[in-house]
Amino acid sequence: MSGSITAGTALRTAAVPTRLSYPPWRVLAAGIVWLVLAGLTLQLPEAGDFPRTAVFAQGSAAIGLALLPLGLLAGRLGTFGARLRHWSPWLAAIAVVLLTWELVTAKFDLLPMPFFPPPQAILEVFLDDWPKLGGSTLNSLILLAGGYAFGAGLGFVLGVAIGTSKAVGYWAHPVLRFVGPLPATAWLPLAFFVFPSSWSASTFLVALATGFPVTVLTWSGVAGVNKAYFDVARTLGASRSFLILRVAIPAALPHVFVGLFMGLGGSFAVLVVAEMLGVKSGLGWYLQWAQGWAAYANMYAALIVMALMCSSLITLLFRLRDRLLAWQKGLVQW
Amino acid sequence: MTGATVQVGRGPSLQPLTQDTPVLIVDDLSKTYADGTQALSGISLSVRPGEIVALIGGSGCGKTTLLRLIAGLDHASRGTVQVDGETIREPHPNVGVVFQEARLLPWLNVAGNVGFGLAGLPRSERRARVARALERIGLAEHGGRWPRELSGGQQQRVAIARAFVTHPRVLLLDEPFSALDAFTRRDLHDQLLGLWGETKPTILLVTHDVGEAVTLADRVVVMRPRPGRLDETIDIGLARPRDPVAAHHEGAVRRVMAALDRSLRPAATHPPLAPETRAAWW
Repeated sequence: MSGSITAGTALRTAAVPTRLSYPPWRVLAAGIVWLVLAGLTLQLPEAGDFPRTAVFAQGSAAIGLALLPLGLLAGRLGTFGARLRHWSPWLAAIAVVLLTWELVTAKFDLLPMPFFPPPQAILEVFLDDWPKLGGSTLNSLILLAGGYAFGAGLGFVLGVAIGTSKAVGYWAHPVLRFVGPLPATAWLPLAFFVFPSSWSASTFLVALATGFPVTVLTWSGVAGVNKAYFDVARTLGASRSFLILRVAIPAALPHVFVGLFMGLGGSFAVLVVAEMLGVKSGLGWYLQWAQGWAAYANMYAALIVMALMCSSLITLLFRLRDRLLAWQKGLVQW
Repeated sequence: MTGATVQVGRGPSLQPLTQDTPVLIVDDLSKTYADGTQALSGISLSVRPGEIVALIGGSGCGKTTLLRLIAGLDHASRGTVQVDGETIREPHPNVGVVFQEARLLPWLNVAGNVGFGLAGLPRSERRARVARALERIGLAEHGGRWPRELSGGQQQRVAIARAFVTHPRVLLLDEPFSALDAFTRRDLHDQLLGLWGETKPTILLVTHDVGEAVTLADRVVVMRPRPGRLDETIDIGLARPRDPVAAHHEGAVRRVMAALDRSLRPAATHPPLAPETRAAWW
């Protein structure tokens, strides 16, 4: 009767002990590595002049000191403690990477200096240049949000229309086949020429990059809906619009999400290129600007922010999918 | 309670109906596919309100095709289907269907599936009907679960409840229990009759299980294959609730078996009834 349910719980409970079985000293060890990083950063003489070395060391020390009591208490901290123990090897690894980086740059000067700034130089960018970096991030987000929403919305509607109407399919399909595979960036010169502002041009490009995969996958999702569902719905009195809204679209949603995911990836690429070549704000522009001034630390900082932004947005999309597609099983965890 | 009348009729059985006007009238229905194969030939059938009729026969005799035509899911090449005097050309709210597979919509939970056909009703009415149906099929606590979390028998129960809650006048069941084990099947027979008792829809049940036909139906119609057509009709005439192990139940099963047996022989060489078979009926 409830075979699948019990199997499911068994799997889930089986997954928990592996998480909890990390020995408690792992968090302590991670804390100690961070303290070593702090100590060496402070004690070893530097090859250049880096004003934020002390702050970097203090920050590392603070993380290390925080991890020590947390490591002792991890067993009593419930989910947070379990998570901390699970990720403690990564915490230690990050400290090791930072330490290595610190040693080969600031301390022993093994890497060519302007191109490989030490961690404290990047920290300095975050501490001193955050208004410009933050503003650029915000501008990128606004541009991306507008273009993505526009492209995803239009692509979804178009995909549903092609999938459900023969007439729309007849006219849209050839256009889609001809124009769709063209990379959105190829439109860039034309877009900046045709559109009144670089902002509207970039919105168009981002929408284009998002719209194509969303259209194609929504369409294929709608076209591939099991005909048996339509039979069931028709015998229950469903009208044509009801069939589209309550059967075709929900059944196609898993495909739509693949399209949204691919579209998001494509939109990042177009966004950065558009900002580098035309728009006078945003992270792409910041990268370009930093390169112009040979401010390599700023470039690394911008890359880190960009990675965080893209990763967070994809996480957000997957969270949305998990909510809307809870009825599916075996979803890939992001 | 005694074994009822036996009709050893040949061909379409359009019996004169004594009391009620029939709710479902199938008249000379034929279906020929585009490639020339004839699936159904001259099917005529009348069913009274609240009657349960079982269509029985081997595979390939067009049982499912006939149900799809009556449901309005396919179009007949010739002939008509009428429900309550209305000709069926498209799926109609008065005709409900339960398919061989449960076909639950996976993105709706159990309650959502049961209430799918009630979109036009006010929310409170819809909820009340769904809750009542779920209770009837013993899944009152499971309204919030996903179809994938249910067993095959539970899924089919939800599908049956989904067809019943819209209160169709005619309900078509296409081998709904064929994929289930014998225990689950008996359970579902009881629940089907429980649901049927509430609104008394006319039921046309396609099955290849003689025991099931005799347990559920007032009348069993035997179908012949290639092309599919109606053969004999056997009135079961047993009172409900029925006891599948009682002697007269056994008798009814034997009568249906005999009719099935005759339907498998070529029509031209159809022999007169053997005396020992007759003895078994009475």
